[in-house]
This record gives sequence, structure tokens and C-alpha cells, in this order.
Amino acid sequence: MRSIIPSPLAILPWRTLLLVLAIGCFGLVVLYSAANGSLRPWALPQGVRFFVFLGGALVLSRVPLSWWRNLAFPAYGALVVALLLVELLGAVRGGSQRWLDLGFIRLQPSELMKIGIVLAAARFYEMLPAAETRKFVAIWPVAVLIGVPAALVMLQPDLGTALMICAGGVTVMFLAGVPLRLFLGGAAALAVAAPLAFMFALHDYQRNRVLIFMDPESDPLGTGYHISQSKIAIGSGGIFGKGFLNGTQSHLDYLPEGHTDFVFATMAEEWGLIGGVFVIAAFLLVIRWGINVGVRAESRFAKLIAAGLSTTIFFYVAINLMMVMGLAPVVGIPLPLVSFGGSAQMTVLISLGILMGIDRTNRHTTSW
Amino acid sequence: MSFRGPRVLTESMQAFSFSRRAWLLGAGQLGVGAVLVGRMAWLSVAENERYNLLSESNRVNNTMIPPRRGWIVDRHGQPIANNRTDFRVDLIPDRIVDKDATLAALRKLLALTDEDMLRIEADLKKAAGFQPVPVAENIDWERFAAVYVRQPEMPGVAPTRGFARNYPAGAAVAHLTGYVGAPTAEQYRATRDPLLVTPGFKLGKDGLEKTLEPLLRGKAGAKRVEVTARGKLVQELATRKDEPGRTVRLTIDAGLQEYAARRLGTNSGSCVVFDCLSGEMLAMVSMPAYDPNSFSEGISHLEWDMLSKDDHVPLMNKVTQGLYPPGSTVKPMNGLALMAAGVNPNERVFCSGAMRLGTSVFHCHKRGGHGPLDLKNAIMQSCDIYFYEMVRRVGYDKIAPVARALGLGQKFDLPFATQRYGTVPDSAWKQHKYNKAWTAADSVNASIGQGYVLANPLQLAVMAARMASGKALVPTILRDPFKPAAQPLAIDPDHFRIIREAMNGVVNLGGTGGAARMQVPGVGLAAKTGTAQVRRITMAERRSGVLKNGQLPFKLRDHALLVCFAPYDNPRYAAAVVLEHNGHTVRNLDAPLIGRDIMTYMFDRERAMKSLAEVEPTWGGDIRTRMAAQEAAYRAAHTTPPAQAAATETDAPAPTEARAVEAATDIQNESQAAVERDIANGAGPAQTGSPEPDTDASRIDPPAVTSTTAQPPR
Repeated sequence: MRSIIPSPLAILPWRTLLLVLAIGCFGLVVLYSAANGSLRPWALPQGVRFFVFLGGALVLSRVPLSWWRNLAFPAYGALVVALLLVELLGAVRGGSQRWLDLGFIRLQPSELMKIGIVLAAARFYEMLPAAETRKFVAIWPVAVLIGVPAALVMLQPDLGTALMICAGGVTVMFLAGVPLRLFLGGAAALAVAAPLAFMFALHDYQRNRVLIFMDPESDPLGTGYHISQSKIAIGSGGIFGKGFLNGTQSHLDYLPEGHTDFVFATMAEEWGLIGGVFVIAAFLLVIRWGINVGVRAESRFAKLIAAGLSTTIFFYVAINLMMVMGLAPVVGIPLPLVSFGGSAQMTVLISLGILMGIDRTNRHTTSW
Repeated sequence: MSFRGPRVLTESMQAFSFSRRAWLLGAGQLGVGAVLVGRMAWLSVAENERYNLLSESNRVNNTMIPPRRGWIVDRHGQPIANNRTDFRVDLIPDRIVDKDATLAALRKLLALTDEDMLRIEADLKKAAGFQPVPVAENIDWERFAAVYVRQPEMPGVAPTRGFARNYPAGAAVAHLTGYVGAPTAEQYRATRDPLLVTPGFKLGKDGLEKTLEPLLRGKAGAKRVEVTARGKLVQELATRKDEPGRTVRLTIDAGLQEYAARRLGTNSGSCVVFDCLSGEMLAMVSMPAYDPNSFSEGISHLEWDMLSKDDHVPLMNKVTQGLYPPGSTVKPMNGLALMAAGVNPNERVFCSGAMRLGTSVFHCHKRGGHGPLDLKNAIMQSCDIYFYEMVRRVGYDKIAPVARALGLGQKFDLPFATQRYGTVPDSAWKQHKYNKAWTAADSVNASIGQGYVLANPLQLAVMAARMASGKALVPTILRDPFKPAAQPLAIDPDHFRIIREAMNGVVNLGGTGGAARMQVPGVGLAAKTGTAQVRRITMAERRSGVLKNGQLPFKLRDHALLVCFAPYDNPRYAAAVVLEHNGHTVRNLDAPLIGRDIMTYMFDRERAMKSLAEVEPTWGGDIRTRMAAQEAAYRAAHTTPPAQAAATETDAPAPTEARAVEAATDIQNESQAAVERDIANGAGPAQTGSPEPDTDASRIDPPAVTSTTAQPPR
């Protein structure tokens, strides 16, 4: 094979690319159905974006790792500035805002920060001498790196994204070898802090969402409506689903946000458990590949970002699915590559581009 | 991680730690993935059935089609209550998005008045989320269509084409059929039957409509439509037709019922007519009455106010709930009892106009006395002294069993929720109720149908029918072709013959009821008149001349009663007419002529109609005309300019007034229960008074009787 296919193509992780393509195309099929069997308004733009971003990811995969290494801190800094700008603009215009209009693109800095935090934390641990890993100096700078953007995003307010930034950063800390007792202690602290945060830090609508999550039936027509209808859609799909274009929950508008955050429910209603298992398995395989890329990587930086970015993708999928199945409160995290919307799509495909780049480096150094 | 290496870590150790931790992370992710798949399987496999149902109930909107209510028809099949097409608009409070905009739009489309708007607002405030609030009923097609096409823009508005209850005879059948109305929130909570909250569905609220509800209701139909979350109709799936309720055939003769109601005129009265062969009830009239048509749509506060304040108590069914001292109408029954007790009907008693008993004096209605009288003449002349003397002689304990055998004090199994049964007193009864011994004065009072004796008009008619037929006729109102024949009463047929002849004499041989003589050749009416005084006549008044009834306020006038049957020699029909506070003031409106015309209707309809046509204009026309005039007058007297009317309307406690009738009925039942309790406590019924004979020598006539009818609440 290697003899026929040019090496730049041959060394691409084809299995993973096919999985990503499968997820993305399946997503387009679901969006087509969500629009009552129409390419517009969702499937077509989403498809165009998907292939553009996928091409972008392939381009990114050619970017040498050293670039990312050098870019890690400046990019992080730029994103923090952008987040501050978003806050300021929101304050000036009155009302909250999540994006910056750069003229040619609406940039959502909090979305890119999910990657930025992984890069910055990984860069920090790369610079940190191995001997320092178990000391306090290994912890507090990263805590600040995580805390500043997380706090800014919380102010927007966007609980889901803030949580994901924290999760991405903490994952890198964990992988970098920060003592485990800190994580256990952190978990204990979280258990204490969560009720306090619930009482004081959350907005009313966020607190409400948590309450509704605990008991969705208490408010069947209000916020609990989302969870109830989503569970009905998934549950009524059964093993094989109601069939393509036959979902009633989505087509008759009972399922809110059936093309964005609750797209999985739209899918599950028509494709059933089979479709659900396919999506979950495909994502797990992609993520496993990403972690394996990290394990195989040579440099500490590459290891950390590969595993960190894979886990970021995992958080997207896990939080979204737990939300639509009623295992987590509604926090507004989309299902990447399937939900309509460019931000998550872009984040995930950039992550994939970086992962493919590391994979390429691995093959160069290991195969030859 | 149980990493217990040296304090200084090397890079290779770090790489090893990364691999282990990455493996741990991967395992954790796989675990989460497994949980997600498990959760999804739980939802879509284990709970699939439940969620399928929920999804279906989302998708499919089951609209109930209220069943067409069964008709109520008379013995010949003529409708007494039927259904007419009705276009109506309701509001479902739960589904309203913008209340003010919706109401404003409806107001414009349906041309609602200020009064309507206030009622709707009040109803909306009171209504539970599921309960439809009627906006307008019986609207024309153009208005209905105007609302119908705008329905998608006004969530919560429910225009429906349905059926409304229709009573062709209006008020004439009000107390027979009762009326229908929307179910109350309590009724829905009790059954959770979705039919009860379907717009346009009505159930029986009173009378036969209420007691025959299970027969008349029928089974609801259903329309299954696919709808979006916003209520937009996608497609109709299936429609199951409703199953109409059963038609119920009554023994009532609709023509007679309406005739009797009209013939009662302006009286506050009641009339019951029986078929003497079967015991079937041919008419059961209580007037004045409300219009069940307007009651079924829900009446205005003003209308309710007018009805509840009327001293002719149009909200009460006097036939089953009115209790009256039967007065002289019990004298033929007394005669039967006396003969059964061994009194020779030819034995004469001398009537001097008064009889002394102990220290008190009992008068006859004829001041100078009747002279010597046998039983027949005593009945014909309605002589009080004869019955005082004879009943005193045999004791009332010998009379009471016959009274009961003829139906007085008896409970009849009729489909009416509220019946009051009155009293046939005897010594055991008095001992039990008041812990006092029966006195000769009690016997004397009871002998002329006063004192403790109380009966309702239904019982008086049964008494007339049983005397006429000699059989233990059981009154029925539901037509039953297999009704068993009545058994003869255990009374000597000869005695019946004597009594019937005496009652014939009352009308046709110079007795007190000559006015009731029928003009139909070959048909002789037999009757007995009665007067029940409701006030006490003092000594002073008797000396200066007893006041004429016309000089008295309505509530103090005498009741006028009549029991009759015809033909006297071969009885076919029997009737009782009871006119509250009639006072014998207007001849055409008095019991004998009313009784005569009603009985004439059974034998010669044309003659009866002609007679009615002559007299009806003298009291202001037929029922509808008079009711309209009364309402207009009441409205004129009680309606203030709109602004103020609105203010009173908001204070109105019951927005849908028809419901209040129920409350009134309940209160009446309570007051009856209270009376019964009072009697049990020894306080004595307010009606009978039972004054001490020694203190008032003037008490010729029976003890004072105050109003015998319970009043609806003010």
C-alpha cells in the first residue's frame, strides 16, 4: 500500500477519519430529518462547515508540534484578553454576550479556550522539572491558569463551558502526575462547595435547572419540559427507532432544541438504541485513538495535549448525553459534530487536527 | 495510584505515571460510555412502553365529543326534553397565553357585553385549569365561524358545535325535568372523568335530569387528531361517534302537563294528576317555575336574584317538597276510617255551629251550624262538627292507619332526589316525638286535616286516586309496560261507594264544591275542597268580623286545596290541586275551577282549551309572556346604569348562577333536616304550632300555620 499511495496520505489515521466522517454525516442525516426532511435550514450549512473544518483539520495536522508549543501561552493570553473584551462589550451594550464580531467571523473565545487551557497547562508541565511535580509549585500556577478564564466564562454566564474549561485543565493536571491525594481532596472539597455554589454562585435560571434536573416532573411545562420530552423521545424510540423521518417528538415540535443540544434525542427517536450505541461507540473509539496517540507520543507536551484534547471531546459527549438522558442538569453543551452550530464543530475538529499532527509525528519517529 | 517512589522523580518515571493515568482515564471514559449505553437501553427498552404512551399522548390529541343526551318523552312519545344544535365558544384557562388579548379579541368577535366580560373574568378566576369557562352559547353561525378561523391565533379558545338541552314547554316542566349544567370542579375531582371537563358537556342538576343521569348521559365519542406542540392540527386520525343516551319515556302527558301549568295561572301552586287504573302520573306541575332552558345555559345574577326573592318560590318543587295541612280534603278519608271503626254512615250528628271540648270551644266553618247531618251530608257540606264528634268518639288512632293506607305520610319510590313526607300523627307518634299524651283536642284538630297533619300534594293526589279506585295504586312516573296491577285496599267496597257518592254530592248535589261541576256530558266530577288557614284568628278579630282574605298580605292568606276524580261512578283520573295562600280571592284562580278545567282536559280537550283561552288574558297571558313581563319589570326596578351594574356584578358570589339552584336545594334539604331534628328534640314543627286549647277559646279553626314552604336562601 505504501508504495501506491503517497506517504502524506498513507500516514493519515484513516480509521479515525472514517469514524469522524461517519459521525458527521450521520449528524447531517439527523439534521435533515429534524428539519422535516429538508436540507435547509440546518443540514446544508452544517455539512458545508463540516467539510471545510475537516479540511482545516487536515491542514492543521501538518503543523509541526513546535508551533503549538510556542503558541500555547500567547494563544492563552490572547483568549483571556478576548474573554475580557467580551465581558466589557457585554457591559457596554447591556446584557450578556458570548462572542466577538471580528467582521468575517463571530469568534466565541470561550469555545477556543477549551483548547487553549489544555495547551497552556500542558506547556506549563512540560517546562516544570520532573522533580517539582509533587510540589505546590506544580499546582497553583495551573489553578490560576484554569481559574481566570473559568471565572470570566462563568460571568457570561455559561456554566457548561466554564465546567468544561475546568475539566480540561484538571485533566491535564491529573495526567501530568500531580499527586492523587490532591484530586481526592479536591473531590471532597467539591462535595462541600457544590451546595454552597448552588446557593450563592449560580444564577436563578441555573439553580432552577439543577432543581428541575432533580425532579423533572415538578415542572413539566417549564424547564423540566426539555428533560421530560427528551426522555420521551429516547424512550419511545425503542431498540430500532421509529424510522427515518418518522420521529413525532421532533417533527411535531414537542422536543425543544431538537437540532442543537437535544439532537441526540431526535436521533434516538428515529434510530433507536442501535443509533445511540453507534454514536457512543464511534465517539469512544475516536477518543481511545486520541489517548493512544498520547500514550505513544514522545514528548511530554504532546502526551499531555493529546490525552487532554481527547478528554475534552469526551467531556462534550458525556455531558451532552447525560443531559439528554436525564442524568445531568441542562447545561447547554452540544453534541459535537452532530448538533447544529459551528463553535463546537470547530473546537472538536481543531482538536482532531492537533491530534492527527501528533499522530503523524509519532509515526515518523516510531515507524522509521 | 500507589506510587511510592523516591521524592525526586525522573522523566521516565513521569512517562510511566502518564501511561498509567491515561489508562485509568480511558477506563473511566469507557465506564461512563457503558453507563450511557445502559441508561439509554433502560429508557428505550425497559421503559419503552411507558415512553411510547407518553409520546402518543403528546402526538395525538383526543378530543371528546360529548354524547347527545337522551330525550325525555311523554307517554305518547312527545318530547319533554330534547336537544338542539348549539354553537358555543369556551375558554380553557390552562391553554390561554395572553388572557387580555384573547378576551379583547373574543369581545369584538362575539359582541360581548360588559356584563358578559365581568362574568367571564370572574369565572376564569374561579376556574381550575382544566375546567372550561363558557364564553358564549347558542351563537349564530357567522360569529361562530369568525372565532373558528382565528382559533390558531388564540390558544385556549375552544369553539365547538354541540347540542344544547331544549325543553319545548319551558317553565311548565321545570320541576319535573329539572335542568342541566356544567359539572362542578368537585364533581370532576371525584371521578376524574375527562368527559366532565369537555367543553359543552352538561349533566343533570335537578329533577329527572339528575336522577336519570346514568340513563340519559350516553357514551362520549372521540376525535383523534395529530397536533403539534403548539396545538396546530396536522391531520385527523380517527373519529368514534358518540353513543347517545337512552330515551326515557315518562307516564306524563305533555299536553296535560303544559295545560295544568298554564291553568294554575298566577297561583303559587301545584297539581298532580293520576291515571286511576294504573297509578301512572299524568301531570306533575309546580308553578311558578324557572325556565329550564335559560337555567341550562346559566342565568344572570339578576334573574337568579329575582327567582330567589319571589314569595311564590319558583325554585321549589312544591309537589314533592311542599308540606301543607290538608284541611277538609281529608274528610272523605275520615269517613272511610269511621265506617271501618264501626260508625254507621246513617247516624246523624247535630251541628250547632260549635262544640265544647273541656274548656275550649271548636267552631264549624258555618256559623249558624248545619243542623243534623249523616256522613254523606257531612262530607258534602264539609261540616267540621260531625268530624270533631265522630273522630273524638273513635279516637284518631283508628283514623291514622286508614290515612296511611291511602298514602298520607307515605314515602313513594319516585326518581326525585328531594321529597318531604309530612306527618300522619297518632298517640304513639306524639308520645315518641314530644313525650306527651295524645289529647281529645289533638283528635279534633286532626279530624279536619289540621294540627299535626301535614301532607304534600303528591300524597293528596295518591289519596284521591286510591279512594277513586279502591286499589293500593303505586305512583310511577317512568313508563313501565310491565307494571304490576295494584292490589285492592283492605277496605269494604261499599264504604268506597258511599264516599264516592258523597264526593259526587260535593260537586253535583249542592255541596261546597258546586263550582267544580264539569260541563262534559256523562262525566261527573267528584271532589272535596279544602282550606288551610295559615294564621290564628284572635277573639278580638272574631268579634269585629273576621278579615277577608283579600284584605290580608299574601303570606297570611289561606291555602286552597282540592282533591278530585272523574267520572265519579267509574273513576278514570284523579287529581289534587294545592294553591298556596290562594285565599279564594279570584274565582277563576281558585281550586275548584282549576281542578274542573284540568279534569275537563282529560275528557274534552277543546272545551278545556276554550275555557283557558277565556280566562288566561285576565291574569296577563301565558307563562312565557308573564315571565318575560316579570323579568322586565324586575330588571327595570333593579338595574342601575351600566357602571354600577358592573360593580354589583363583580360582587356576585356565583358567576354561573345555575349552580346556585343546587345550593338552594341543598339548603332546603338542610332546613328540612333541621325541622326533623327540632321535632325529634321536642320543639315541635313550626308549622303546626299546637297551641293550648284552654287558653284560646276562639280557636274554631285549626291552629295557626305559618308558611309551609321552605324559602330559598336570600
